[in-house]
Amino acid sequence: MGTIKAENISFTYPAEEGKKRSLVLDGVSFEIEKGSFTAILGHNGSGKSTLAKHFNCLLIPDTGKMEVFGIDTKDEDRVIDIRKRIGLVFQNPDNQIVANVVEEDVAFGPENLGYPSEEIRKRVDQALKTVGMEKFAIHAPHLLSGGQKQRIAIAGVLAMEPECIVFDEATAMLDPEGRRDTMKIIRYLKKEFGTTIVLITHHMDEAAQADRVIVLDSGKIVMDGAPREVFAQVEKIRSLGLDVPAGTSIIYELERAGVDIPIENLTVEECADAIYNALA
Amino acid sequence: MLKDITLGQYFPGDTVIHRLDPRTKLVMTIVYMVALFTAKDIISYGVVMAGLAAVIVVSNTKLKMLLKGLKPIVIVLAFTGILNILYAPGEHVIAHFWVFTITLEGIKTAILMMLRITMLIMGTSILTYTTSPIALTDGMERLMGPLKKIKVPVHEISMIMSIALRFIPTLIEETDKIMNAQRARGADFDSGNLIQRAKAMLPILVPLFISAFRRADELAIAMESRCYHGGEGRTRMKVLKYKRRDIITFILGIAYLTAVIVLRKIGL
Repeated sequence: MGTIKAENISFTYPAEEGKKRSLVLDGVSFEIEKGSFTAILGHNGSGKSTLAKHFNCLLIPDTGKMEVFGIDTKDEDRVIDIRKRIGLVFQNPDNQIVANVVEEDVAFGPENLGYPSEEIRKRVDQALKTVGMEKFAIHAPHLLSGGQKQRIAIAGVLAMEPECIVFDEATAMLDPEGRRDTMKIIRYLKKEFGTTIVLITHHMDEAAQADRVIVLDSGKIVMDGAPREVFAQVEKIRSLGLDVPAGTSIIYELERAGVDIPIENLTVEECADAIYNALA
Repeated sequence: MLKDITLGQYFPGDTVIHRLDPRTKLVMTIVYMVALFTAKDIISYGVVMAGLAAVIVVSNTKLKMLLKGLKPIVIVLAFTGILNILYAPGEHVIAHFWVFTITLEGIKTAILMMLRITMLIMGTSILTYTTSPIALTDGMERLMGPLKKIKVPVHEISMIMSIALRFIPTLIEETDKIMNAQRARGADFDSGNLIQRAKAMLPILVPLFISAFRRADELAIAMESRCYHGGEGRTRMKVLKYKRRDIITFILGIAYLTAVIVLRKIGL
């Protein structure tokens, strides 16, 4: 059974006056396996954040069917069941933090779920340790850096012990260091806890770390496959208003210039090796 | 300038005052306020002030922070002082001009009134300085718990308050950013008369409100994502329990208030 299963879902926001209603999601179908790491790409307005909001019943598809852990998101009685198993981390850490003290913010989720206080304490300590913020447990969040705040937001989701975490452009507002830290935590979660990861991002080098890349354009899935396969189609990616990872871009230019070099390279090391071998 | 507003700001610490149950602190703040308004003359004011001073020392609150909290009410203070000096009736006339009479009693009243406002702000500031907003609203929620029976949305009120407090520093930071952005494009906030300055502030409010609404929207989504569904079935990590220090505080508080009431009765 897949963690997230979308069957031909479509969605439209209520029309603004004088504007035509346009489909934000247009017949999207896919399935995300338990324990996988999927990146969702697409330029602004492609519908990727709208899709993320469908994962935990914040939005319900107009047509089609969305199933999470085998539960239909239309089932209003089971919203909490879904939300406690699938956590969402959003773009702006400031707007996700509810409390004035780090540990009380992390406790917010489990408190809502009605766990006894010792259990909450345990989960909060564990979650803060996982994101490496245990030293800041009694700090005020507004005094932390953006990257640290985002780690607190992740801890807040982790404290609910979800099976799947969706990062909705969670690195978009961070500096390179904060972005690196967040990616490190994501890889750690996948490795240590087998958490299913869905990463919605603008950064191609982050998407390249996933097992699978889904590219959205105008509410439709236009590409779906392993990062190697997807990024190898440099022209198509660029025509969608996206970019490819820097290494792939260099190789692509070399290939166009007539160098015999395989394009399916992704990491910096792989690319360096491939360029070295091709030019040697 | 904006960073100076400290009302409703929590400074984490580990003193006895910090560790007191928020309900105790809330009740004691009310006790303090009642005592402050009961105080009539110099001696009873002295007792009230001694209590405040003791709490300031024990809670390790920096006097600088308290004084900063007074800045926004300087005008109110000055106004109160001047009105009392000019209008308070009395026998020992010091000066007399036009319709105004300045008396010794008037000056005394003015000083006591200004002292009262100052101490009121200081005392209530200590509550918010030493109590995390969540603890504070948690305490209020518990204290007002019985009101739930008459359909008062106690949980919702306390949630609104705690979020408002949480976003004060964020919005202050945002206001600073907007002001700087507008300064960079030639806006002038620092010169001109009061009306001109107030007018210059208007263009700040529009972006600030828009961003505050956007934040509210995002926060609501984030809260829902973290399974928030109202107060029903919600537990707390830190369960409030009265400890020995709370009982001692209550006893001290009662003694304090009694002392002030007795002093008032005998006219001090």
